[in-house]
Amino acid sequence: MERLERRLGFLSALPIMALLTLSFVMPLLVVAGFAIMPQKVFSLAHLPDFSSFRVIIEQGYYRSLLRSLGLAFLTTTILFVICWPLAYGMAKVFGRFTLVITLAVVMLLFVSENVRLFGWNLTLMKGGLLEGHMRAWLGTGFESPLYGWPVIVFGMVYVYLPFMLFPLAQGISLVPDDARLAAADLGAGRWRILFQIEMPLAAPGIMVGCLLTFVLSAGAIAEAKLLGGRSVVVLTDDVESAFTFGQNWPLGSALSLMLIVIVALLVLVPISRIDLDTLMGRKR
Amino acid sequence: MGAAAFVRLENITKRFGTFTALDRINLDIAEGEFLTIVGPSGSGKSTLIRLLVGIDDVTSGTISLDGTRIDTVPANRRPTCMVFQSLALFPHMTVGQNIEFPLKLRKMAPDARRARALELLRLLRLPESYYAKRITQCSGGERQRVALARALAFDPRIIVFDEPLSALDYRLRKTLEKELKDLHARTGKTFVYITHSLEEAMVMSDRIAIMRAGRFEQIATAEQIYSQPVSRFVASFMGEVNLFDLNGSDWGGLPVKLSPQAQAAVAVPPDWRGAVMVRPELVRFLAPDETADFTLNGRLHAEYALGSRVQYTVQAGDTPVIVERPFEQRLGSRSGDPVRLGWDAGAVHLIAEVAHGTA
Repeated sequence: MERLERRLGFLSALPIMALLTLSFVMPLLVVAGFAIMPQKVFSLAHLPDFSSFRVIIEQGYYRSLLRSLGLAFLTTTILFVICWPLAYGMAKVFGRFTLVITLAVVMLLFVSENVRLFGWNLTLMKGGLLEGHMRAWLGTGFESPLYGWPVIVFGMVYVYLPFMLFPLAQGISLVPDDARLAAADLGAGRWRILFQIEMPLAAPGIMVGCLLTFVLSAGAIAEAKLLGGRSVVVLTDDVESAFTFGQNWPLGSALSLMLIVIVALLVLVPISRIDLDTLMGRKR
Repeated sequence: MGAAAFVRLENITKRFGTFTALDRINLDIAEGEFLTIVGPSGSGKSTLIRLLVGIDDVTSGTISLDGTRIDTVPANRRPTCMVFQSLALFPHMTVGQNIEFPLKLRKMAPDARRARALELLRLLRLPESYYAKRITQCSGGERQRVALARALAFDPRIIVFDEPLSALDYRLRKTLEKELKDLHARTGKTFVYITHSLEEAMVMSDRIAIMRAGRFEQIATAEQIYSQPVSRFVASFMGEVNLFDLNGSDWGGLPVKLSPQAQAAVAVPPDWRGAVMVRPELVRFLAPDETADFTLNGRLHAEYALGSRVQYTVQAGDTPVIVERPFEQRLGSRSGDPVRLGWDAGAVHLIAEVAHGTA
């Protein structure tokens, strides 16, 4: 009986497995294949060499990789710090008002990320919504904050907020009120309760939120393009130009592969250590 | 228990919005006492102990410990500790880390902390190997002991218990009740325990406070509450008892015959209203030649085995009379057989009808 169930399970998983193989695994293999091809070839029918990786080191492409990872790390940290209090409120304090916040944040997602970022561009640019009004009314303007790394981080924080907020709120709702009260009763102050009770117990939510935002912002391109102009080159910019202007598919593939491998390592290690079932509220 | 008050609660009122959970409560607790607060759900007992440990703030009134006010001291600096109904153990820590949590907060050295934790494990009859166990690996009874060890590690002046045994099965509960009483004797700490089971309270407590709708109905020893309840509420809370309405010489239509002693025992002023309580185990089945101060003829209605005792209901008037006797003295009679009941003048306790809330 159990055998039959297992067979049926396998059979019903077949279509999606076929689809994933075709649309997800195959392209990845192609990318991995191109990454070890000689420079500027357009087919996989060449002897592999690792010249792309030499180019990455010699011509300093690794700097944009580090920049991407650094910006992603900064974005994740900022998001965690600003989302924790809000998520805490949603999970424990606001009650019905939580629904209002949830709807407000979800509604943001109805509008495309690019459109929203372009809106920020129009708002922040010199002579744009903010600076233009200020100059008209007060006579003096200010330098546009656009085209620098802080505004890119701002854009990513803005765009990826829901991906931190909701997992955090879910994680915090796992913290029993009694545990917090008991810690206070046993003499713990607020900070100690936060670091020793609440954060460890909300760890699954923290982990999911941080991973989602880190992965998304490490691979982000729209923020750097629309808000950063071309002043800050992130890895995804390099990948794009290698495939388009550079006409160097192997270089682009090698850059992509590096990002994929690094992010996969950063994600797989923590995810293997948490129990997603507890986050979904299922009992072991 | 009239000694100088260790803990004194004066005129405590707690309101949640328009709802008054506690209404001008006064309570003195002696040092080293085991006081149990009993009441039905919603009577305010949980609210009271949350005020005592500082999880909630009083609306008005004062709490003092050794003459010093503590109601303004925040929970984390109050020398009180609570064992929660949920136990509130920290699931991400081991048994040892849970017990050492309050010690670590006091910056005790790791060696001393560990020694103290092991000592507490021994005190609670848990093997030392439990030190490194995860909370999730412990059974219900073991978790109970860990929670208690953690509370003792904090070394509070008062330990407060919020129905910690209510989720356990009957046999384990009985064992832990006795262990708790034993632990109280060995540690000499002041225990304040709340439960909705008077039976549980009887086993453990020096004194029992019975709560109803935000006020104390009676605060007394178990024996006094058992034999001299001040109200119908307390009497009925004790389990099944016979309560006969008494109006002058009318027993609510019950054909009771009274001897002169019996008449003296229930002599009340003409305007007195209330009830006569007779405990079921003090009612006897009389042989034809036997007499008692109170006698009553009726018909046997039903027999219920209660383990070591048997309970009978006898139909005499409108209300059935309950009789209990040891299991070995079971009656041979059948339902519908005529029986004669009797009890002595000393077995009756009068409960005057009073306006609620003046107890």
